[in-house]
Amino acid sequence: MLHVDNVSCLRGERRLITALSFTVQRGRLLAVTGENGSGKTSLLRMLCGLLPAEQGRILWYGEDVRACKERYLASLIYIGHLNSLKDDLTPVENVTISARLAGEEISEGKTCEALEAVGLARPIHRLPTRVLSQGQKRRVSLARLWLSQRSLWILDEPFAALDASATRLLMQQLRSHLNTGGIVIAATHQEIDVGADCLDQLRLAG
Amino acid sequence: MSQPGMLAALREIIRRDLLLALRRRSDVLTTVMFFILVASLFPLGVGPEPAVLRTIAPGVLWVAALLSCLLSLSRLFTADYVDGVLEQMLLIPQPLSVLVIGKVTAHWLISGLPVVLLSPLLGLQFGLSGEVLGILTLSLLLGTPTLSFIGAIGAALTLGVRGSSVLIALLVLPLFIPVLIFGAGAVTSSASGIGAGAHLSLLGAGLLLAVVLSPWATATSLRIALE
Repeated sequence: MLHVDNVSCLRGERRLITALSFTVQRGRLLAVTGENGSGKTSLLRMLCGLLPAEQGRILWYGEDVRACKERYLASLIYIGHLNSLKDDLTPVENVTISARLAGEEISEGKTCEALEAVGLARPIHRLPTRVLSQGQKRRVSLARLWLSQRSLWILDEPFAALDASATRLLMQQLRSHLNTGGIVIAATHQEIDVGADCLDQLRLAG
Repeated sequence: MSQPGMLAALREIIRRDLLLALRRRSDVLTTVMFFILVASLFPLGVGPEPAVLRTIAPGVLWVAALLSCLLSLSRLFTADYVDGVLEQMLLIPQPLSVLVIGKVTAHWLISGLPVVLLSPLLGLQFGLSGEVLGILTLSLLLGTPTLSFIGAIGAALTLGVRGSSVLIALLVLPLFIPVLIFGAGAVTSSASGIGAGAHLSLLGAGLLLAVVLSPWATATSLRIALE
């Protein structure tokens, strides 16, 4: 369970978020919506610890994330609006290295399976990432979700650049994660179809 | 935090950076070619007088090594910053300083080690004796990793800043000066028969200090840059 308690965020001179509180239970997806510049990305970065909150605290199963930082980071996966891929590496290398750096012992075979699960055929796996389209790069980035055992997924515009089939695959993966008790927090402009019974909405006014 | 996890992350980041360097050979070659060219142009410009060449050799070779290190520093974190990989590194449940050590080690293997290995060959152009060439190599072996560790702080502090290459130079060059003095001093002392022990000891102490302090300072600067 993730609980955000009275959190505020200041970017430069501008107050983006004021005294925000919410709770996301296991098996729930929180869709964060709002206009451009309303603070969606800042909120997600705060939840990851990439951006310090001006005030308030974030609790992970009742414990302040600053006090259990290592355990909290080992529980979360963050996919930002950048794909975090190296153009000179292949998709297999990108995903495998990224997972290994995060402390997950992943074989290249497993990575190939994950890439196939996001709809990338085998011949693409060994190409330099620079030759892939934006949509294919996004799929490579999202393949980490298929490999990860982590319970908290924080996703910034996960559907950006995805076509209909990739969107459908990602929705299925989100549902599967929620069914196993996972938590998803996603900033998105797209309607998320994971079922009304496990969907919460948070609209940021900016 | 587990020690095997830290070592695995360290090994993985070094392996990754070496793999990337292998895919972008031009970046590596630029640094090495710069060192070779600068060190080779001096004998041509100064003239073939052996005594003059032997006198200027320590300073020229050390300044060339220092500038070639500086040339590659701006690339240390920039690519990872631009494509979002650095942001992911901050979310790894290992201390960021461990990843910094990995990145600096890879930077030294790519840009510092070739300089160390080439230095005896370039030293021959200046008429240095075998013993002095050995001291030159040893001084660069101790000094160039120190330059990489110190340079990493500058690279992290100027991350995302326009004109960062010039800023890095302004920030780190004053900190490079002791390394340059002791490095070139070791070679000069050896050439004049005094012995390079004291200078080499100071270079070693500088390296230890840099290994301990730089990863922490660099990691802190990276966190600030990414906020």
